[in-house]
Amino acid sequence: MEENNLLLQVQDLKVYFYNEEGQELKAVDGVGFYLRKGETIALVGESGCGKSVTSLAILRLVDSDGKIQGGKILLEGRDLLSLSEREMREVRGRDISMIFQEPSSALNPVYTIGDQIIEAIILHQKLSYRQARKTAEELLRLVGIPEARKRLDEYPHELSGGMKQRAMIAMALSCHPKVLIADEPTTSLDVTIQAQILELIEELQRQLNMGVILITHDLGVVAGMAERVVVMYAGKVVEEGSRWDIFHHPHHPYTWGLLHSIPRLDVKQEKLAIIPGVVPDPLNFPSGCRFRNRCPLEDEVCLTEPSREEIENQHYVYCHHHSQIEVLETRGFSQ
Amino acid sequence: MNRETRRIFRRLSSDASAILGFALLIFFVIVAILAPFIASPPPGRDPYIMPIVTWSSNPLPPSPEHPFGVAGKRDIFYGVVWGTRTAFRVGIIVTLISTALGLLIGSVAGYFGKLWDEILMRITDIFMAIPFLVAAMVLTTILGTGLDKVMMAMTVFSWMGPARLIRGNILQVKEEQFVLAAKALGVSDFSIIIRHVLPNTIFPVLIQASMRMGSLVITAAALSFLGVGAPQGYADWGALLNYARNWMLGGQGEALKYWYMTVFPGVAMVLFVLAWNLVGDALRDAFDPRLRL
Amino acid sequence: MNNVPLLQVEDLKKYFPIKAGVFRRTVGWVKAVDGVSFEVFPEETLGIVGESGCGKSTLGMTVMRLYEPTAGSIFFQGEDISSLPASQLKGVRRNIQMIFQDPFTSLDPRMHIGSIVEEGMKVHRVASPPEVRRRALDLLEKVGLGAEYFSRYPHEFSGGQRQRIGIARALALNPRLVVADEPVSSLDVSVRSQILNLLKDLKREYQLTYIFISHDLAVVRQICDRVIVMYLGKVVEIADGDTFFSSPSHPYSVALTSAVPVPDPDYEVKRIILSGDVPSPINPPEGCRFHTRCPVAQEVCSQVEPALEEVGENQWVACHFPGSLSWERA
Repeated sequence: MEENNLLLQVQDLKVYFYNEEGQELKAVDGVGFYLRKGETIALVGESGCGKSVTSLAILRLVDSDGKIQGGKILLEGRDLLSLSEREMREVRGRDISMIFQEPSSALNPVYTIGDQIIEAIILHQKLSYRQARKTAEELLRLVGIPEARKRLDEYPHELSGGMKQRAMIAMALSCHPKVLIADEPTTSLDVTIQAQILELIEELQRQLNMGVILITHDLGVVAGMAERVVVMYAGKVVEEGSRWDIFHHPHHPYTWGLLHSIPRLDVKQEKLAIIPGVVPDPLNFPSGCRFRNRCPLEDEVCLTEPSREEIENQHYVYCHHHSQIEVLETRGFSQ
Repeated sequence: MNRETRRIFRRLSSDASAILGFALLIFFVIVAILAPFIASPPPGRDPYIMPIVTWSSNPLPPSPEHPFGVAGKRDIFYGVVWGTRTAFRVGIIVTLISTALGLLIGSVAGYFGKLWDEILMRITDIFMAIPFLVAAMVLTTILGTGLDKVMMAMTVFSWMGPARLIRGNILQVKEEQFVLAAKALGVSDFSIIIRHVLPNTIFPVLIQASMRMGSLVITAAALSFLGVGAPQGYADWGALLNYARNWMLGGQGEALKYWYMTVFPGVAMVLFVLAWNLVGDALRDAFDPRLRL
Repeated sequence: MNNVPLLQVEDLKKYFPIKAGVFRRTVGWVKAVDGVSFEVFPEETLGIVGESGCGKSTLGMTVMRLYEPTAGSIFFQGEDISSLPASQLKGVRRNIQMIFQDPFTSLDPRMHIGSIVEEGMKVHRVASPPEVRRRALDLLEKVGLGAEYFSRYPHEFSGGQRQRIGIARALALNPRLVVADEPVSSLDVSVRSQILNLLKDLKREYQLTYIFISHDLAVVRQICDRVIVMYLGKVVEIADGDTFFSSPSHPYSVALTSAVPVPDPDYEVKRIILSGDVPSPINPPEGCRFHTRCPVAQEVCSQVEPALEEVGENQWVACHFPGSLSWERA
């Protein structure tokens, strides 16, 4: 790994939540990954796997029930977890910014689009209102909003879902962040609009040379956009590698199951593979490998937690039985 | 007992103000039930009419014989004890009838919507625009005095709160897919209201009802105090306060001379209202789905 | 496949009034479904696809008579049910059931799942109470939930399990036709495939016919025999599943299928990126409703509304220039 190219490193991050009864929910439990300059990585997993919590933790925006209980988040070598709240505010929006799943709830309905973008600009840059407004207009143009000047004075409800997401992106890009975190940016949008937005994010990333962390459950989006993929399950990373590693040579049974259970547009599948059971309750994660109670390869070894193993160049997997993954090709998840 | 009930119990029993509320309420219930033993009425007379104990119309301070003193020739202790029954009677009957009326009107308006909603809600608006106390006074004047008339007047002017609450809740629940699902199964409108909509909307109404219970008793007392409520000598906290009207300012240079006339019925009333409010609060917290885990 | 349609929809319209002002006057109409005709044959799965606002869910609700149709007819087993009074609908309800999108709001939170599944059977008095109980237990078993769950409440279940309960409820009355409105779109990937397989298995076991409403073309490809594509309240294409997914003909169908991301880094299609948004269904464009976004639109498209015409075997398209846009696998 060329150190000087590293933009963001998350090491052994732990985020725990506490409920009314004081029980501990280990939502993110020892997660680590890295992001190079100008690279897109995807955090993939089902709901409750901890991918969104991880992204919020990078910005230190985990809500009050949750606590970051350990680990390091290094942005160009500087540990964000050691910064004061004031220093952290400087980082948010300027170095790292985020776009959310629901553009309608992430924009404030009582301010115009322009006001909100201008506020974001003035917060981090010494610009007059006039200059900031000009920048805002350019930003809207950059994200492909027609009649940018007119749109500045419109309220969020006057924009369609796709346009709102574009405005959100404009706001996130207002200070040329080094890292853009996109949390399910297209989940609430229609396919044709989704295609527009994904294209836009790719295009902007090339132009601005940002690192992008794409958080999604949609493996189709991942295959088209991410250079590297981090697969998460129940608060832990289970596999990490290039998109070809992950899609063509998955070595964790969960990754394998996930890939075979998604309906595909390009081929007709007689029967979809099934991962039996449900995602475990975060209060009751299985000991050892957290996937073991749904895994066809499970045996006594799985009671101990698997460690990270590099099976090919920068393709890591957390599974005791990764060498037996071919077995699944013949018999699937059925016993 | 199912898990839901257990959870509610657990929550209620861990809340100090809830315990206080329920304790007060239980205390009042016991007093009301044991009234004939705590303050035995003269045999053969209506126990709700406070017996006359002295011929002088001057109030008498507390004494071993009359522990709360005497007002308007009648024993205050007796009035406070039997007044508890009156308070429960007024509160429960008016709340029950007005809530039932409100439920009916609100559910019809909310569930059927359109013209029904329009008509019923405009009527509700009109009723809400009339100042309650004035209207109740006018109505009791027309109907004549007497506790039943007071209750009638109060019922007529207190169904609007529950009606609007239930309508709003129904409008919300109606959009839930499970109502649609029930329709798709062929369930009739009436059963949908009874089986699906009401159970999901009724709790806020019940909580509001328990809070209203207290305030209704105050209103009833206010009417009695103004002399349009309970008849002469009726065991009612408001009526006791009515006796204090002329003596409130005390004697010359002794502002607090007749304190017992207002303090005992007043404290009873405050505690009664407090009890219902605390219980209402506790129920609201216990049933609030947002606090569920 | 039988050739007598189970359900026939003719020129169905559903408009919602827009009210404004003090007197709530109707100032316009949202034309959610605007003249839709199609047939559903016994034991097939018909997919209805389109983006949000295209009217596919409204169409499902209207076919179920959960919405009153504005115009048009719905024949179920030859009987016109579009104008049946509410009192006579109950019999039809037995035969047409629905699976809802949101497993969190489609189950009454204050009823335990046993009574949720039993409710329909009780309303229609199909059997004695012990028999109803036995069948409810049977159904829960069929959808993968054991008897121990019978008296639990919905909030104790995960999304996938709730959807299973919803399916059991829909099947309790032995319907012929099941309208499934986005039944898997709110579920996680691994659970989604479980439910899709379950729907397939149940179809075989009970000889069911499905109308499967979805925005997810990949799901539709896997479960549907025929596909209807809707845009702004109109049908733009009806075709056999295999035909549709190998050679969609309407430019909108082409754009739609090309936009779906495929989970394979080596799969590259020329994505056709449509510009702009779907116009408002209050004032849909004149002529072909898609012409404002269509990459191959011409003069005539903005003036004349194209009719649905057969362009190939089992493929009907409403376009003046069918097949003029296509995507190739690189």
